[in-house]
Amino acid sequence: MTALEILSRGPGGTRGGRHPLWRGAGAAGLVLLILAAAALMPEPWLDVNAQAVGRAPGPAHALGTDSLGRDVAARTLAALAMSVKIGLLAATASTAIALILGLAAALGRVADHVVGVLTELVLGLPHFVLLIMVAFATGAGATGVIFAVALTHWPRLARVLRHEAQTVAASDYVATSRALGRSRPWIARHHLAPHLLPQVVAGFVLIFPHAILHEAGLSFIGLGIEPHLPSIGVMLSDSLREIVAGHWWVAAAPGAGLVIVALSFERFGEVLRAATAPPEGTP
Amino acid sequence: MSWLRPLLLGRLVRLAWLLPLAAIGLFTLISLAPIDPVQAYVGDRTSLVGPEQREAIAAAWGLDRPATERFGHWLGDVLRGDLGRSLTYDMPVAEVIARRFPASLVLIAGAFAVSFVVGTTLGIAAAAARGGPADRIIRTLAVALSASPGFWIAILLIALFAVGLGWLPSCCAAPPGLTAGEAGWSDRARHLVLPVATLSVVGTAPLILHTRQRLVAFLDSPAALHLRAHGLSWQRIAFGAGLRHALGPALTLHLAGAGELFGGSVLAETVFAWPGLGQATVRAATGADAPLLMGIGLTTLLFVFCGNLLADIAARLADPRLRQGPA
Repeated sequence: MTALEILSRGPGGTRGGRHPLWRGAGAAGLVLLILAAAALMPEPWLDVNAQAVGRAPGPAHALGTDSLGRDVAARTLAALAMSVKIGLLAATASTAIALILGLAAALGRVADHVVGVLTELVLGLPHFVLLIMVAFATGAGATGVIFAVALTHWPRLARVLRHEAQTVAASDYVATSRALGRSRPWIARHHLAPHLLPQVVAGFVLIFPHAILHEAGLSFIGLGIEPHLPSIGVMLSDSLREIVAGHWWVAAAPGAGLVIVALSFERFGEVLRAATAPPEGTP
Repeated sequence: MSWLRPLLLGRLVRLAWLLPLAAIGLFTLISLAPIDPVQAYVGDRTSLVGPEQREAIAAAWGLDRPATERFGHWLGDVLRGDLGRSLTYDMPVAEVIARRFPASLVLIAGAFAVSFVVGTTLGIAAAAARGGPADRIIRTLAVALSASPGFWIAILLIALFAVGLGWLPSCCAAPPGLTAGEAGWSDRARHLVLPVATLSVVGTAPLILHTRQRLVAFLDSPAALHLRAHGLSWQRIAFGAGLRHALGPALTLHLAGAGELFGGSVLAETVFAWPGLGQATVRAATGADAPLLMGIGLTTLLFVFCGNLLADIAARLADPRLRQGPA
């Protein structure tokens, strides 16, 4: 809870915007709701039903059914739970990579160069092309998606953390602390961590929506989650064949669900960024 | 233009070390793939191809030799201008790229122009009405756009304009049965509308927010206050002096993000079956076509590089102060 405490003390609520804590509670609540609802949902709701093929939204199926008679609402929920799980895992891994590389770059000159070259390489390709390459290299599937997302989203956060760590390390109070005989771990714990923690949390929250959107994109082109598992990308890819028949609801619900989740994190990230951003100037 | 030469030289030096490292990185990534290229090539014909033939195919592609040797071999070919042969299209990789990249460039150029005009206009409009309802609507729109998958918007556009209203075609670059060359101008333009609209979504949102932020800063400046004191409305100031103020940085940002348009075009081309390089990227990845993937990787690397270089040039054209600094 320390991270949230630190965040709640930050200069939140910019220009009439809501407090980071409220938006964070909203985003986290939404994720928990999706995970809980998908876990509690009875298995048969996902079944194929030959009696209800291609139904428009109605009382029996609130969001309609697809060409195999599967309930779109139930499938969307299961797919969102999958997106959220993969997104959380990949965003956590990416944040960890950013933290390690950012700190390494801040502390050693050689490491700084290496991280700089790595950053140039990762940013040298269009992001989605790099995602395809990594997903291909790791054999597609859910593992491939997690690797692809985790290995490509760290540069921005790593740069922020490097800058932050360098600023703190060069500050007068760290010099004073050293002169007073404080050990390196003590300084890392009491001076560095409080500065980096909010940035790490904000970075994670900002990576998450990209992670789930990119997961959906990879699954959409057939390099992501295996087609037999429910996923937003696969559902949208299937829906391409169905919208020609006028079954728009097959495409509308999964995409809208994904946008709502991504948006709640994007807006949470927006206020976090405002709260943790260094004053004007540094990007 | 004395600043241009050092800038170009500096960027060429960077390319000189970036390109080989990227080639090694890409080759490593693609060699890691657990997909057996021979199996991917054989595909449905498994029962027709015996183990000796498989070994023969592997030997013909040099797969039986170690990775470093294959890399050296491949690099030697690339330096002689030979990118290898695509397995899925059964023609030289260079030819696949040369045939398909123009179609992608048409999409990308269209989307670049549309998102620039829409993004800056909305950004300026939002700044002119800052704090008001129009500002709030535009900002909400920008955030919503940045959280929406482009390919989903594409599907909705198809559902509405192609299936529901029947105004526009939902697929391909030309009517069925015609190649893009045979189709008339109006037909080709009609086929462009939805893909370009889809791809425009990628670059619009950051542009709106950036332009708005920059212009709000300008409108709070003494210069803008001076104009206001002379009786100009905020709208006039925003779209007059403010436009000139915001356009250069916006163009720089937009050019730097142009490489991402290629990423977006991979998805847009998949939805619309657009015969460009994005579609080829998906086919190469799902068909384990390593030579084509390498070729596309290097091509897009150069594409991103050019976008960044143009952005650097645009930034210096727009702001003379930058010309003094190091390249």
